[in-house]
Amino acid sequence: MSDHHHKETFVTKYIFSQDHKMISKQFLITGIIMGVIGVLMSMLFRLQIAWPDHSFSIVEAFLGSHQTDGIMDPDMYLALVTIHGTIMVFFVLTAGLSGTFSNLLIPLQIGARDMASGFMNMISYWMFFISSVIMVISLFVEAGPASAGWTIYPPLSALPQAIPGSGMGMTLWLVSMAIFVASSLIGSLNYIVTILNLRTKGMKMTRLPLTMWAFFITAIIGVVSFPVLLSAALLLIFDRSFGTSFYLSDIFISGEVLHYQGGSPVLFEHLFWFLGHPEVYIVLLPALGITSEIIATNSRKPIFGYRAMIGSIMAIAFLSTIVWGHHMFISGMNPFLGSVFTFTTLLIAIPSAVKAFNYITTLWKGNLQMNPAMLFSIGLVSTFITGGLTGIVLGDSALDINVHDTYFVVAHFHLVMGVSAIYGMYAGIYHWFPKMYGRMMDKTLGYWHFWITAVAAYGVFFPMHFIGLAGLPRRYYTNTAFPLFDDLSDVNVVITIFALIGGIAQIIFLVNFFMSIYKGKKAEQNPWKSTTLEWTTPVEGIHGNWPGKIPSVERWAYDYSKPGHDVDFVPQNVPLKDGEEES
Amino acid sequence: MLALFYIFLAVAVSLGIWQVNRLTSYGKVILKNDKNEEVSAIAKLEENPIATEKDNDIHGKLFLAFLVGFYILMGYCLFFLNDIMLPESASIEGENDDNLFLISFVLIGIVQFATQGLLFFFSYKYRGINNRKALFYADSHKLELIWTAIPTIVLTVLIGYGLYTWNTVMDLSEVENPIVVEVYAQQFNWQARYAGADNTLGRGNVRNIEGVNTMGVDLTDVNAADDIPVRELHLPKGRKVVFKFRSQDVLHSAYMPHFRAQMNCVPGMVTEFGFTPKFTTEEMRVQEETVRKVAGINKIRKEKGEDPYEFDYVLLCNKICGASHYNMQMKIIVEDEADFNNWLKQQKTLAEVVK
Repeated sequence: MSDHHHKETFVTKYIFSQDHKMISKQFLITGIIMGVIGVLMSMLFRLQIAWPDHSFSIVEAFLGSHQTDGIMDPDMYLALVTIHGTIMVFFVLTAGLSGTFSNLLIPLQIGARDMASGFMNMISYWMFFISSVIMVISLFVEAGPASAGWTIYPPLSALPQAIPGSGMGMTLWLVSMAIFVASSLIGSLNYIVTILNLRTKGMKMTRLPLTMWAFFITAIIGVVSFPVLLSAALLLIFDRSFGTSFYLSDIFISGEVLHYQGGSPVLFEHLFWFLGHPEVYIVLLPALGITSEIIATNSRKPIFGYRAMIGSIMAIAFLSTIVWGHHMFISGMNPFLGSVFTFTTLLIAIPSAVKAFNYITTLWKGNLQMNPAMLFSIGLVSTFITGGLTGIVLGDSALDINVHDTYFVVAHFHLVMGVSAIYGMYAGIYHWFPKMYGRMMDKTLGYWHFWITAVAAYGVFFPMHFIGLAGLPRRYYTNTAFPLFDDLSDVNVVITIFALIGGIAQIIFLVNFFMSIYKGKKAEQNPWKSTTLEWTTPVEGIHGNWPGKIPSVERWAYDYSKPGHDVDFVPQNVPLKDGEEES
Repeated sequence: MLALFYIFLAVAVSLGIWQVNRLTSYGKVILKNDKNEEVSAIAKLEENPIATEKDNDIHGKLFLAFLVGFYILMGYCLFFLNDIMLPESASIEGENDDNLFLISFVLIGIVQFATQGLLFFFSYKYRGINNRKALFYADSHKLELIWTAIPTIVLTVLIGYGLYTWNTVMDLSEVENPIVVEVYAQQFNWQARYAGADNTLGRGNVRNIEGVNTMGVDLTDVNAADDIPVRELHLPKGRKVVFKFRSQDVLHSAYMPHFRAQMNCVPGMVTEFGFTPKFTTEEMRVQEETVRKVAGINKIRKEKGEDPYEFDYVLLCNKICGASHYNMQMKIIVEDEADFNNWLKQQKTLAEVVK
């Protein structure tokens, strides 16, 4: 870092920037745009589920040739479900969440001038950008976007005869995801190297804030599992375009026998879920890391059980790579494997329970500062528990038989990874907005945003468990084909109403976010009175992060309300007093 | 219901307009400093972007209210949505499943009730007050040991019972004299085939599909001639049925919720599942839970002017398979063994069908 003040043009500063703070904002804004698309889609298909025979002009306006008289086509319904899942899981909660906060916080919290490789970091963002663009373009191809579910199980995803979305739409989906995986890998490698090598003097691994631990472990899971998705996608491309039979065998469709022989869709399921399950934790762990930080700061208390938290993160990460088969209990794989995966899956409940209890104990006898970030963090703990508990039902192979692929599953994973991770993302944005833009977000709008979202989220996903227990399968265009489900329609209407309220409430956030960038109140250097290093940098966010020397670290990250100090927080760069013991 | 939605929409929009309006009231404020020079600042100055004691108080109390609301929601779903749940398992194997589910659900319910209570109660109780110092409490090995050990013990029991149930349900190796039925999936239909007098199914492959041989049975196989293809599934009460599943095009999943049974149908592969029906269709129709559920359904159907519904077991597709995935179903009829045998005798064998 010889020169921190070299001349920057508009292009190098805002577009092809190699500064981690700018790249993090780029990830965030792209993630928000993708999020708006994903949420809008969910509102459209919720309208269809609640009022299947009703004509909506908004459907007519959005779906063009994929609707008739304001009622969407079944194929388009499946496409919306598919792309909603893909966008939310990968583009919003992987890139938008992890990309944003890993980039912003890793150098700032460990005391580094920037990422290990600024150039690779820039490449990582631009590959993400390209893959987002391709995914959006795929929405406009004539036969419609990919519509085989976000899990794209072949043969449905391999054969355009089976569903029109498996033509050009699916090709673009696969290309987009291949580029996305590359982006994610480059990013993850960068995060790992940076955390291992660029920590400032005194920043031992055992002094890292829990956010850093979460991002570090997340990056490792990503490096281990994302390449497998790439292989799965490549083999699928081969089957689709070059006539190989990795996943396909003995197929008779549209009146003819296809040449495929010897492949198995179950192989694809294994490869897909080898990433797919760790992906849940790639999404969730950063959110939990962010929450740990915010709950400690705003409780004015050290996080309870710092070492146990690290241990839990590691245990969850390790177990997450050997539980993928619980998505496949009834796929036709050997029941003995089902037993093994039941065992490993239910073990995950132990470290998860430890984390939940530790959060609750952190609140105990605290002095809680109810900032919007804190509200979202408490909300996260709540949805994490609610969603996590039903995992005990789904992870148990015997019980999974009857609830597999019903709305019970939809409720479970939306609460535990969807809503929880989104809450973590919002908490992070409200908390670190001053670090990103040097201004504060509006508090009152933040409160409105939280309370409406919190009520709506439970309004949507809590009753959903019960229509799942009534046996209603997910991904049904309408449930009017079965009189058996007629009594569920009222519940579905209520869910849709909450979904629309929740969706519309996000406008409050968007307005708050974009207005505050320009008109928010100027931030102080350390508005939340936090101990971590990022708050020792200047508010303007200069290139190289610290104007002079990088501060050295003298203590762990959670000296809040420590006895023997006048103030209720002691930043990490403050030396220990004589006779003071490090916690 | 739709009117309710429009009301909510109107409320949301007006709320949005009010708040946006509030935000745009931010603007340039001209102030004077000590030297009487004009200084401009952006935004309302009195607004404090960090939580004050008043905020802590309001939102601490709101969390408590939220907890009460959440308890009410949980109670409502548990007790009032009970009527829409599936009735008691209609298969003998499913009984274990129902027990295990009950145990798991009670456990989950207790933990959910307690932890959500603690979380939101602490959020209320310890809402921030100026000049109060939080307790510096970073670690307690005793506590952590307790809440690692308790879930471990509870989960060991659950895993044990779960694996026992799973193995009982999935183990078809020692079934004596079962009825063998092939369930055959295609976009967007179900077919079935009984093994016939020899109780062995003829081989099948999609390459044999031709004309009326829609399931691709290998007609040269000696076991094939007495097979019985049908479009409606009949099952005898009290006999173990072993299903063999096949699919001719994409993945499907044969889901029979009343029997707690489900298995994917995978092209190129035969999968299996078995259960013993416990109640005939007629018995199920008069069973208390079913009567209550059907009454609820018929009330709704009457309002819409539709024909009343009579309970039937159903097989439905539960793996996304294309446009009409939502309407891929087959009726299942469970009857006494004598009736079942009569019905089966009236069906044509494959040899008769092909002829």
